[in-house]
Formats: sequence, C-alpha cells, structure tokens
Amino acid sequence: MSADVELDHLTIRFGNFVALQDANLRIPAGSFFSFLGPSGCGKTTILRAISGFLDPSEGHVRIGGEDMAGIPPNNRPTALIFQNLALFPLMKVWENIAFGLEVRRVPKAQRRERAQELLELIALPNQGEKLVSELSGGQRQRVAIARALAVEPEVLLLDEPLSALDLKLRQHMRTELRAIQQRVGITFIYITHDQGEALIMSDQIAVMSQGVIQQIGSGPEIYENPKTPFVASFVGENNAFTGRVASADANHAAVETHFGALRGRNSAGLKTGDQAILFVRPEILQLGAGTQGNALKSKVLAKEFEGFASHIHLANSQGERHISFSTSQEEALNISPGEEATVHFSPDRAIALPLGELAHE
Amino acid sequence: MSSTALTRMMTLFYVGLFFTYLFGPLVLMGISAFNTEKYPTAIPYSGFTFEWFNKLFSDKDLVRGVLNSLIIGVGVVLLSVPIGLAAAIIMSQLHKRARSIYYAVVLSPMLTPGVIIGISTLVFWDRLGTAFDADWDTFFYDGIFLSILGQTSFISTFCMLIFIARLQRFDRAQEEAALDLGASHLRVFFRILIPFLRPAVFAAIVLAFLTSFENYNTTVFTIVSESTLTTVLAGKVRLGTDPSISALAVLIILITLVGATAIELRKRAEEKRIAAQLAAEKGL
Amino acid sequence: MSKVSDFFAEFVRRNGATISVYLFTAVIFWIAVLIVLPQLYMLDFSFRFNLPPSKIGTEEDVHTLKNYKYLLFGAEGNPNAFNWLHLEVFFRTIWAAVLVTILNLVICYPVAYYMTQVISGGKARIFILCLILPFWINEILRAFAFRILFGLNGPINFALVHLGIVPEPVEFIKADIALYTGLAYAYMLLMIFPLYNAIESLDHNQIDAARDLGSPWWRIHWRVVIPHAKPGIASGCTMVFMLTAGALAAPQILGGPSSLWFTQVIYQWFYTGGNWPQGAAYAFVLLTACIVFVLTMMRIFRVSLGEIAK
Ligand SMILES: Nc1ncnc2c1ncn2[C@@H]1O[C@H](COP(=O)(O)OP(=O)(O)O)[C@@H](O)[C@H]1O
Ligand SMILES: [Mg+2]
Repeated sequence: MSADVELDHLTIRFGNFVALQDANLRIPAGSFFSFLGPSGCGKTTILRAISGFLDPSEGHVRIGGEDMAGIPPNNRPTALIFQNLALFPLMKVWENIAFGLEVRRVPKAQRRERAQELLELIALPNQGEKLVSELSGGQRQRVAIARALAVEPEVLLLDEPLSALDLKLRQHMRTELRAIQQRVGITFIYITHDQGEALIMSDQIAVMSQGVIQQIGSGPEIYENPKTPFVASFVGENNAFTGRVASADANHAAVETHFGALRGRNSAGLKTGDQAILFVRPEILQLGAGTQGNALKSKVLAKEFEGFASHIHLANSQGERHISFSTSQEEALNISPGEEATVHFSPDRAIALPLGELAHE
Repeated sequence: MSSTALTRMMTLFYVGLFFTYLFGPLVLMGISAFNTEKYPTAIPYSGFTFEWFNKLFSDKDLVRGVLNSLIIGVGVVLLSVPIGLAAAIIMSQLHKRARSIYYAVVLSPMLTPGVIIGISTLVFWDRLGTAFDADWDTFFYDGIFLSILGQTSFISTFCMLIFIARLQRFDRAQEEAALDLGASHLRVFFRILIPFLRPAVFAAIVLAFLTSFENYNTTVFTIVSESTLTTVLAGKVRLGTDPSISALAVLIILITLVGATAIELRKRAEEKRIAAQLAAEKGL
Repeated sequence: MSKVSDFFAEFVRRNGATISVYLFTAVIFWIAVLIVLPQLYMLDFSFRFNLPPSKIGTEEDVHTLKNYKYLLFGAEGNPNAFNWLHLEVFFRTIWAAVLVTILNLVICYPVAYYMTQVISGGKARIFILCLILPFWINEILRAFAFRILFGLNGPINFALVHLGIVPEPVEFIKADIALYTGLAYAYMLLMIFPLYNAIESLDHNQIDAARDLGSPWWRIHWRVVIPHAKPGIASGCTMVFMLTAGALAAPQILGGPSSLWFTQVIYQWFYTGGNWPQGAAYAFVLLTACIVFVLTMMRIFRVSLGEIAK
C-alpha cells in the first residue's frame, strides 16, 4: 500500500519567523519525491509537518486524501528516518527493527520472523543479534530503513539519511535506496541538500529556498529548464552573466554582458530593457568561434590539466568577470595563460531569466 | 635532577600525611572497639574483647533507631527518585530564562543548611496541623513522616543532578523515532527513556538511601519524638563513654568496605565489557 | 501569557498527557510543599510570639520583631547594649566556618592536583575509592573518632606526654582544636572532588608549556592551574562553608563546654528553650548568612549557580 501526499497551502511559522511559506503540491503515490535546498531552508520542517511532529500554522497535510489535522505521529501512516538515524542503542538490531511491531502487540515469534525478512531485504542477514553499536555506518543506515519499513508505512520520510556517510558509501547507498523503493513500491519523500542525490534517485524534485518552493519537476526539467535564478544556480554548475536585455523575441533573448551581447532561451518572456541573468552551464561551452555568433572573446587566466579534461578559467578583456569550464577538446592543449581565447555556446542550451536571488556556494 | 627527587619525596610525604589524617582516626576507633578498657580508647590497650559487640545487639534503642532509619530511607528513595527524575526531565525542556530561574529554585535545598530544612519542615507541618486542628497522633506531628519529607526536599536535588548528567547524553530523536513508529508516550517513557536512564536510576537509589540513612542535621528536628540511628548515636556519643559505639562503627566500616568493593568490581566488569565491544567494533 | 500556554501545549504534546501530569505533579509538589512553603512558614513564624497552641490563630497571634530584636539586644532589661552572648556565637561560627573552609582548601588543593597529574588509570580509581571510603561512615561516628583521638587519655596526648613534649595532657577538646580538625575532615570530600574535576579538565600541555617557558612551580599554579580551577574552588568552598556553618553533630560532639556553635543555639531554642519562633528567627539569620556567602562567592569567582552545583 502506498499513498499520495498533498500539501495544501501549507505554512509553518516559529513565532514571527516563517520556516515554510505556502507550500502547495501533490506527491503521487508510489513515487520517489525529493525536497532539495540548502541547509536551513525548511526541509526538515516539511517532513516534521508531514509526520505530525509540527502543526501547520496554516493549510493542510493530506495523506491518501485524508486530512491529518489533529492526528499525532504515532497514528499516521508515515515512518520517518531521522537525520541522525535515532536507532535505539540498548536494543539488539532485530529488536530495533521489530519495535514498531512490538508496539502493535505482534507476538514475539512473528516479530522475529518479520525482522529476519527485513534483514534479508537490506542485505544484513544474521546480524540481528548484534547491538547497533557493533554495526558500521552503512549498516546502521540500512537498519534504520528496515525499522521504518517494518511498520509497513504508506509513506516513508527520509531526512538527509546519507549525510553522515563517507562519499563512497553515499554513492553506493543512492543506488540501493532507489532499488529498495522500487521493490517495496511505497511513496518515498526524501530530503537532501545534495543535488546529485536528488537528481539520481528522484522521480520528482522540489527545489526550496528560504521556506519557499521555487520549482517542482523531474530532474532533467529542473536541470535544463530552471524557472528561477536560484534553481539555475543551485542545481548543477552554472556561469551567471547579469545585464540588460538588448533584444528579445519569443524564443531567445540577447543579454548585454561583460563579454558582450550573448543569447539564450527566453522562456520567461523577457522584454528589451529588462534586467536579466544569462545562465551558461560549463559543459556547453566550447573553444572556438562557432557558427551561431554566440561567442565571447576572453583572456585565459589559468589552465589546469587533469588528463581526461582541462579546466579553464577565463576573464573578460578588462579582467573583471570570470567564467570556468572543463573541456576535453584537443585545442585546449595548446592554449596557455595570458593568451586570448574565444569560446562559444549554443543559444538553445543557455537560458535567460529575470534578475533574482542566486544560491550562495 | 635532585630537585625533582626532592619534590617527589615531599609530595609523597604530604600524601602519606594526608592519608594518615584520613584513616588514622578511624583505625584508632576500630581498635577501641576490641579494647577491654571501659572508656573508648585505643591506648592503653589492655586486652582483646568482643564484649562491646554483644552489648550493641542488646541495645533496644539502637535497634529501634536502625529500623526507623530503614523505613525513612525507603520512603525517601520512593519519593526523591521520581521527583528528581521529573525535575531533570522538565529542566531539559525549559528554555533559557525560565531554565535559570527554575534551576536556582531546585538547587536551593542543596545550598541550604540541613538544620534549616529540618526546622522549616517541622514548623510548616506543625502550623498546618494547628490550622486543621489535628490530633497529636496524626501525620502532621509524626516524626517518620516529617523526616521523609524533610530529607526528600534536598535529596531530590541530588537525584536530579544525577539524572541531568545522564539526560545530557540522551538523544531526543530516539523518543520521536519511537513515537513515529506508533509507540504511545507511556511506552516511550518505559521502553526507551527509563532503560537509558537505568544506571542513573540505580545510582540515585543508592545515593538517596545512603544520604537518608546518614542524615542527622535535618532529621534531628523533624524526628520529633521518634528516633533514628543517627539521633540515637548522637545522644550516646554526646555522653560519650561507651566503646560499643566503636563496635558499631566497625560494623559500618565492614559493610561499607564490602559494598564499595562490590561496586568497584561491577564497574570493572562493565569497563571490560565495553573495551571488548570497542575492540570488536574496530575489528569489523 | 500566550508564551506560557504555548509552552504547556508543546510540553504535553511532547511528553503525552499522563507523563506530563506525573512530571508537573512531582515537581510542583516538591517545589511548593517541600521547598517554598516550609521556608515561607518558617519566615512567617519567626515574626510571631511564642504562644501555646490554644492561642494560635487568636487575636494575640500577631507579627512582631521581638525575636530578631532578641538576637541583637537580648531580653529586655539586658544591661549590655547588645546580646553579646549570641552575637558572639554567631560571628564566631561564621568566622570559624570561613577558617575551616580555607584550611580545607589548603589541605585539599595539593591532593587534588596530585590526583590529576601524577596518578592515572586503575591506580587513580583505588585512590579515589580510598578517599570516598571514610565518608561513607556516619558523620557522627567520624566525630566520635576524633573524640577518641584528641581525648585527654587519647593517643595524641599519650604520645606527647610519653615523648616528654608536654608535662601533662593537653585539653584539645576544650581548646576547640578537635572541633576544627574534625570539621575540616568532615567535608573534605566536597572540596577535593570539585577541585579534582576542575583541574582534570586542564590540558596537561599547558603546564608543560609554562614549565618549558621557565616558569617556577608556584607561578605555574598561580597563573595557570588556579585560574583554571576557579569554578571548582568556588564550588568546593561554597559547599564546605555551608556545611560547616550549618554543622550540628560535630560541634555537639567535639565542641568544648564553653564554646557553642550557632546551630547549637538554634537547637536549644527548639529543644530545651521551647521557643520555636525564636529558633526560627535564628535559623533565618543563619540562612541569610549562607545566601550572602554563596552570592559573594559567585561574585568573586564570577561563576554561575550551575557551576557551583556541579
Ligand atoms: N523549533 C524551532 N523553533 C524556531 N525555529 C526553528 C525551529 N525549527 C527550525 N527552525 C528554523 O527554521 C528554519 C528551517 O529549519 P529546518 O527545516 O530544520 O531546515 P533544513 O532545511 O536544514 O532541514 C531554520 O532557520 C531553523 O532555524
Ligand atoms: Mg534538516
């Protein structure tokens, strides 16, 4: 069983501080949905509202169509995996997993059996008798998942569950989490500040900034078609050029940047004279003048050679604005710092957006 | 080089002196318990005897006092451990300003002389008794009842401090995790919080009981017409002429030694277990 | 106001109704019935006349400053300007408690330092056990041991006389020497452990660094260790002072016949004097003295109440 989750104009305030503002979205049953945003933007707040540890200041949370107002966490069809896991240190691994069943007065033999099944699901058979402290970080991670799954929730909520793991394990667990989700088929709501995690695992992503949901969409949509400068700068690498719109039509806008007028898609309907930001992802920059006239002349500040690619840092002729990109083009081998270089990009892959807040690194 | 040696010699000498100060009086008291001299003294030693121990066990006042002390001790444990626990939990959930005011209030019994706690308890219940026109044999004037309340007033602070120390290491997310998995608040309390606090509960029980058993300053006012081990003892010691007091001291020292050794062994075993566990973890 | 009700709502939500009721009942009972009300009643009582029970609550039962006046000026018709008898006891008690506290600090500081620097591991545990052991023995019995030690026929006098140092036994008890050493002994543990905990948290490298810079040992202590141990010193001194000034058993057992402790005067008002309001007034004065001392320590050492109670 899995259920859809609906946030209906959900607002949460702590005193005068608005931690979440008017979130309005529907998460389809059985999907893997991520909230992505920098730390402090209100992601945990959303999860706590869904699981019932926080009451909405305004609006509603509905799970499977049912309004959750007044229903405490222990009666909601959700299970939460905490940022620090919150495993019970005094219980054995299998007791941890079976705790939710113990609460529901399932007989011990049955509990053990179910714990055994779940241990197999998370690839930790025969580890049930250990204490949690005897497991490694990745194993604990999986136990936390099994413990949440044991109560057969309709929605699983995960609060940055991989943030404590080292890089290798994190990459491995991404794949594993996605696999588990597909096996059990329930709704996963996943929170992260790591765009890589969100992009790899999710069916849909909601990008957040300062309590406001900026954009909802699939990974490619958000990456290729950001709706706000924040999303464009937070998801993936991006070079941002600010300036006035020199000319615009339905498809493209030309922005007067420090590198001259450059064109990108005009999906936001910019008009001539508007303040705008042109976003150019590093991977679309190519050395050479190209054929579409979308080229910028610049000076090479530095070049780092790393075998499969060269990382090139450029500045405009006044030496003011910097852009960086990596390339494995052969021409890259021949350029050196101090020289002039021309790079170009396809206007269909760059995007011009109205001036707005950028994500800080 | 020689100056370090000198410093070390002096240090050792000082520490030796210190321990003589610590144990000398007790050793002498111990010797006097087995001395046939009529007056409690270690020197001159005029002969070995068990006489004073026999006298001890036939002392009705003392036996009665010990019984009362036991009853009061149990009463104090039953009250002060739950109070201390509740106080520590509330403390952990208060915010800054309220927290420091609250802390000052609940800490105050520890910084109040015991005699004053005894007096205030005595006066308070006496006045209440008068206000209710109660008879002399009601609890308002009952020495055991008053002693339990008086002692609980400050022993609860000790218990609270023990619980606060342990609670600081408690991850509240565990409680939320249990709630989220469907547990009721009661179950969270008994299945998650109390097991985590178990060592602290044990420590608080022991401390509360011993402190109660030992107490004189508060009890001497609240005990009214009853008696406890300490009030009986104080009476005898003030008259001061009976080596059976030394005999009692020897018994208490023996019990203390056994108890302390037991606790120490327990601690050792625990530490070994943890060390083994750590080693296993590393091996993984 | 809404902040308070918000707090309660959040509290109940977090702990559940049953547990919340338990928590609040226990703590309110403690604070109100065991701590605050008794003190208030004692304070109120100290401003009343000593009446027989039948007259309590009648129009004769009014407030008066009489009990405090008595401590200051004595009974009416007292030929002296002040009640020197009791005032002297009071100030001597406070003064002696301060002395005993300082004596305690001087004795215990080296031991605490030794514990942190020289010994470690299993040895430290045995050392600590040895420290604690004597204090598991009743306060009264400990005082009794000193009575044996310092008695006219006690081992010290025996040794002194036999070694020919004094011609005849010294009256240690009459001279209050037994009392002061006994009091210092009684609360030593409460001095050593705060000191030990405070010094232990000092990084040993700091001492080595100071030594490396050529600092003599006393300067290391004065400039490095003692400033670091300040909270421990404040904590130890406060507890020892409070317990010494409020001690009853040791003065009763070890005090000379002519020198009273202030708590003994209070005791007499309750037991032999039969004047409870008078005793309550004296008790309140003692309490005030202790509060003043605690506040002074907090000021001098710039520590919070929490650090003192550690
Ligand atoms: N209980 C609370 N009281 C006041 N402010 C809070 C509370 N919980 C969270 N906040 C604030 O709300 C904002 C969002 O927090 P959170 O949802 O935890 O962010 P994150 O996206 O890192 O999970 C933060 O600025 C945080 O300080
Ligand atoms: Mg968070």
